[in-house]
Amino acid sequence: MKKCGRCSKPAVLHITELRQGEVQALHLCESCAKEYLSQSPEEQESVPAGASADAEPDLDEIDHQDCPNCGISFKEFRAGGRLGCPHDYTVFEDELLPLLENIHGETEHCGKVPKRAPDSSHRQFKLIKLRTDLRAAVEDERYEEAARIRDEIQAITTNDPVGEPREV
Amino acid sequence: MDLESLTRTSGEWLRATGPESDIVMSSRIRLARNLAQYPFPARADDATRAEIEELLHGLIEQRPGGKRFNYIPVSTLEPLDRQMLVERQLISREHSETQGRRGVGISDEENVSLMVNEEDHLRMQVLHSGFALDECWAEIDRIDDAIEAEVTYAFSERLGYLTACPTNCGTGIRVSVLLHLPALVATKEIQKVFQALQKIGLAVRGLYGEGSQAMGDFYQISNQMTLGKSEVQLIKTIQDVVPNILGYERRVRTALVKENRQGLHDQVSRAYGILQNAQTISSEETMHLLSSVRMGINIGLIDDLQIPLVNELFVHTQPAHLQKIRHAKLESAERNIARAAYIRQRLAERHVDRN
Ligand SMILES: [Zn+2]
Ligand SMILES: [Zn+2]
Repeated sequence: MKKCGRCSKPAVLHITELRQGEVQALHLCESCAKEYLSQSPEEQESVPAGASADAEPDLDEIDHQDCPNCGISFKEFRAGGRLGCPHDYTVFEDELLPLLENIHGETEHCGKVPKRAPDSSHRQFKLIKLRTDLRAAVEDERYEEAARIRDEIQAITTNDPVGEPREV
Repeated sequence: MDLESLTRTSGEWLRATGPESDIVMSSRIRLARNLAQYPFPARADDATRAEIEELLHGLIEQRPGGKRFNYIPVSTLEPLDRQMLVERQLISREHSETQGRRGVGISDEENVSLMVNEEDHLRMQVLHSGFALDECWAEIDRIDDAIEAEVTYAFSERLGYLTACPTNCGTGIRVSVLLHLPALVATKEIQKVFQALQKIGLAVRGLYGEGSQAMGDFYQISNQMTLGKSEVQLIKTIQDVVPNILGYERRVRTALVKENRQGLHDQVSRAYGILQNAQTISSEETMHLLSSVRMGINIGLIDDLQIPLVNELFVHTQPAHLQKIRHAKLESAERNIARAAYIRQRLAERHVDRN
């Protein structure tokens, strides 16, 4: 299986793009795909997939990027020292890896792995946002939307105990 | 669980039944785990925290790993009760002092505690008497498996178990041993131990005291790194180094006895005498004297007192325990009087038992 070009999780979205006359193939995991698709074409341009190594991370850029699931910014994390949700490890991966290297001297897990497919964990991060959205939709009496979100939550929670990766 | 009754009992890990328990007071392993579908506790709103607690409380009631747990909703406890749980090492100071819905499941023997909504959704800890890290790991691994069968943990293939603080991610494991090192402290050799341990990435901190100044000569040694090495490797690092420290402490004890047996005998006997007769005594002095007496028993200079009672006194003479025993809020000066009375009584009972 192809790995996500941004975070090395299994890729579920495969995009071929024509950009400045060059053919570019993108393989993205679900969360990175969501992020990619929500960006405007300019943003996609300025932050090329595969996080080019030579590009200096722009601190302002980092500070303005919030986790789509829990809303924390990297600045907030740096101020408090605690992340907001498990998905932050994907969102702030470029910034966290050097930090992890500093703390642990390593950046690859070795040891126990949950028996459940680890991939299902990654997908469930979406529930963090969906639950918040659902509560907001119910509060605002947007019932049609609430029903749609509820279906989406149900799809994830009923599919996931098996943890089979879904191909898009 | 009746918190009142805790003041009449002590945790199994204090009974000095494990290997090397003359020096190794206890072994402990804790695992940090989070559920994939929720934000970390500090970022969860009240409704979400409640949902997390309900879910994990339900699982704890199902006897994970075949163990029965008493669930205590920590957020509903009085500060004094929370402090008592800290003194017994059943919850962390942070868990006692933070805000919001949270709880802890405690096994009957008080050697396993499962904290819900601490810094992470679930903090599991197993304590054993003496040098018994393999037993700790076997037990916590089994409980972790049982819980994992019911929930999806936040996990990434690359970074392992994902935790609120990046210092814990990977294995999420903290392996520690609590050592009583009075001879190394008395001769200041302890500094060399600190330096050697820091070089191999292990942390040392004093128990009960703040910073590096340990009260009662107790030091906790634990791993700092959690990512990139397996649980078994991390445990082995500590298993390999502890026998060297034990050997060092024993050699220095033998040398102290050889050098000045009479002086040492006098010192531990005076400590014992003060504890049996004092009318008011601070927590610091109690720790200091109990440490002397504990070493005195171990090198055969005191023969009418057992280690488990001394271990228990370290815990039961702390502020929250004393106030629970007395059923009263006590100011510092009143606590010193209550503490002295309690120690006199426990040591006197000890002699009655023998006759
Ligand atoms: Zn990805
Ligand atoms: Zn987040």
